[in-house]
Amino acid sequence: MEPPRPAVPPVPLPARPVVAVGPPAAVAPPPVKLRVRSVNFFYGAKQALHSVSLDIPEKRVTAFIGPSGCGKSTLLRCFNRMNDLVDGARLEGTILLGGQDIHAPNLDVIELRKRVGMVFQKSNPFPKSIYENVAYGLRIAGVRQKSTLDTVVEKSLRGAALWDEAKDRLHESALGLSGGQQQRLCIARAIAVEPDVILMDEPCSALDPIATAKVEDLIHELKREFTIVIVTHNMQQAARCSDRTAFFYLGQLVEYSDTGTIFMNPANPQTEAYVSGRFG
Amino acid sequence: MKRFFDEELETFRSHLILMGETAVRQVQDAVKALVTGDIALADRVIAADDELDNFELQIDDEAIRYMNLRAPVATELRLVIVGMKASHDLERVGDEASNIAKRAVKLAALPPLKPYVDLPRMAAIAVEMLRAALDCLLHLEPDRAIAIVKRDSEVDQLNRQLYRELTSFMIENPATVSRALELMFISKSLERIADHASNIAEEMVFLAQARDIRHSEELKKTAVE
Ligand SMILES: Nc1ncnc2c1ncn2[C@@H]1O[C@H](COP(=O)(O)OP(=O)(O)OP(=O)(O)O)[C@@H](O)[C@H]1O
Ligand SMILES: [Mg+2]
Repeated sequence: MEPPRPAVPPVPLPARPVVAVGPPAAVAPPPVKLRVRSVNFFYGAKQALHSVSLDIPEKRVTAFIGPSGCGKSTLLRCFNRMNDLVDGARLEGTILLGGQDIHAPNLDVIELRKRVGMVFQKSNPFPKSIYENVAYGLRIAGVRQKSTLDTVVEKSLRGAALWDEAKDRLHESALGLSGGQQQRLCIARAIAVEPDVILMDEPCSALDPIATAKVEDLIHELKREFTIVIVTHNMQQAARCSDRTAFFYLGQLVEYSDTGTIFMNPANPQTEAYVSGRFG
Repeated sequence: MKRFFDEELETFRSHLILMGETAVRQVQDAVKALVTGDIALADRVIAADDELDNFELQIDDEAIRYMNLRAPVATELRLVIVGMKASHDLERVGDEASNIAKRAVKLAALPPLKPYVDLPRMAAIAVEMLRAALDCLLHLEPDRAIAIVKRDSEVDQLNRQLYRELTSFMIENPATVSRALELMFISKSLERIADHASNIAEEMVFLAQARDIRHSEELKKTAVE
C-alpha cells in the first residue's frame, strides 16, 4: 500500500470561529455606470455588433466572454470612443456614461478618455522611466508641480500593487520591468488620472499564473473605487474576478447575468456550451 | 501567496467547525435531558435542530459557490468536497440527537426501568469520536481520528448488549415493553451517531492525505462479539 503522505500544514484559522450563519443582508443594487442601448456597430459594411443593450453596474467587475471575433473588444472600445480612430467605423444606438450621452456633440472626447481608461492585452509602457509612465496623464493635463506628481505616482503605484517592487527604481526605464510588472504599471498609469471606468482587454493573457493572480487580486481591490469591464478568454478568470458576466456570440449579446448564474446555471444552451469549453 | 477569496474558504471551514460543535452539544444535551429527566432541556434540543439544518444548507451553498467560481484544486478541492459530506453527516447526527430528546420527553413521564449506565457510556464514546474527527479540520492530523474510529466497535458492542438486556426485560415483564423499546431506539440512535463520526473521520483522512480508507482493511473494526 502507498505510504501515507505527510500531512499538509493547515491554513491558519482564527482560534474560535466567529462567523455568523444566515443569508447575507439584502443590499441595494449598485447604480448603472454605463447604459448601452440598441448598439449596432459597423466596420465599413461589416456589422460587428447587433443591437446590443446592457447595463454595467458601478464599482463592480463586469466580464465580457465569447469566442474570438464575437465583438467583445469592439464593444469595449465603444465605451471610450476608441473606435472613432478606425476609418469607416460607424455606431448606431446610445451609450450613456453616468447618464451622459458619450456621443453628444458637445462632449470632449479627451475628457471622456480620461474618465474611461484602458489597459490592453500587451502591456505598452512608454520607453521612459517608471515615474514618467505613471505621471504621463497628469503632465498632459498640465500638472507641473513636483509634489503633486510625486503624490499621485506613489498613490497609483500603491493602488496597482507595484509600489514595493518599484519604489527604489522609479527613475529607471519601465521596459526593465517584468511582463507582469509592466501590466501593473499600465494599470497604475490608468488609475493615475482617477478615471471612473477602467476597461481591460485580456489584461492577463501574456502573463504567467502568478502575475495573473496578482492582477486578479488587484482587480478585486480596484473595484472599491472603479467600475471595471474586463474582456477575458479565461473562464476561470471571469468566474473568479467578476460580479457580472456577458456572453457574446457573432456580435450579439446572448446572455448577461450574475457571474454565479452564468457559470452555474446559464439560461442559454450556447452559453452553457461555451463556459463548459464545448463550443463549436 | 494570499488570494482575495481565501477568506471565503476560511469562512466555510469556520462554519463547518461551528456546525460540528453544535452537533456535539446537541448529542450531549439530549443524553443529559434523558438521564436527568429534564424536559425543558429536551425541548431546547428539539428546537435547536433547525440550527443544524441551516448550517447544512449554508455549507452546501458555500461549497457549491466556491467550486463554481474559484476552481479549487488539491487540498482546497478536498476541503470543499469533504465539507459537504461532513455537513451531511453532522445534520444526521443532529436528527438522532433530536430523536433522543423526543424519547427523553416520553420517558420522563414514566418510572425508570433501570439506571442509566450504558447509554451515557455510549454517548461519551460517540462524542469523543465526533470531537476527534472534527479536530482534523483544525490540525489535519487524522491519526487520532483513525484510532478513534476503531472505538466504533465498542459502541456497537454496547448497543448489542443493551439490546439483549432489554429483550429479556420485555420477555419477563410485558409492562416494560414501551419503555424498553424507547431505550432500544435511543441506543440505536447513539450507535448511528458513532457511525456518522466514523464517516467524518474517514472523510478527514481523505482531506489530509487524499486517501480513501472506506471499506479498507485499515479500518476493519475488531469484531467483538
Ligand atoms: N479595425 C477593424 N476593421 C475591420 N474589422 C474589424 C476591425 N476590428 C475588428 N473587426 C472585426 O469585427 C469583429 C469583432 O472583432 P473584435 O475585435 O471586437 O472581436 P473580439 O471578440 O474582441 O475577438 P478576440 O477575442 O479575438 O479579441 C471581427 O469579425 C473582426 O474581424
Ligand atoms: Mg478582442
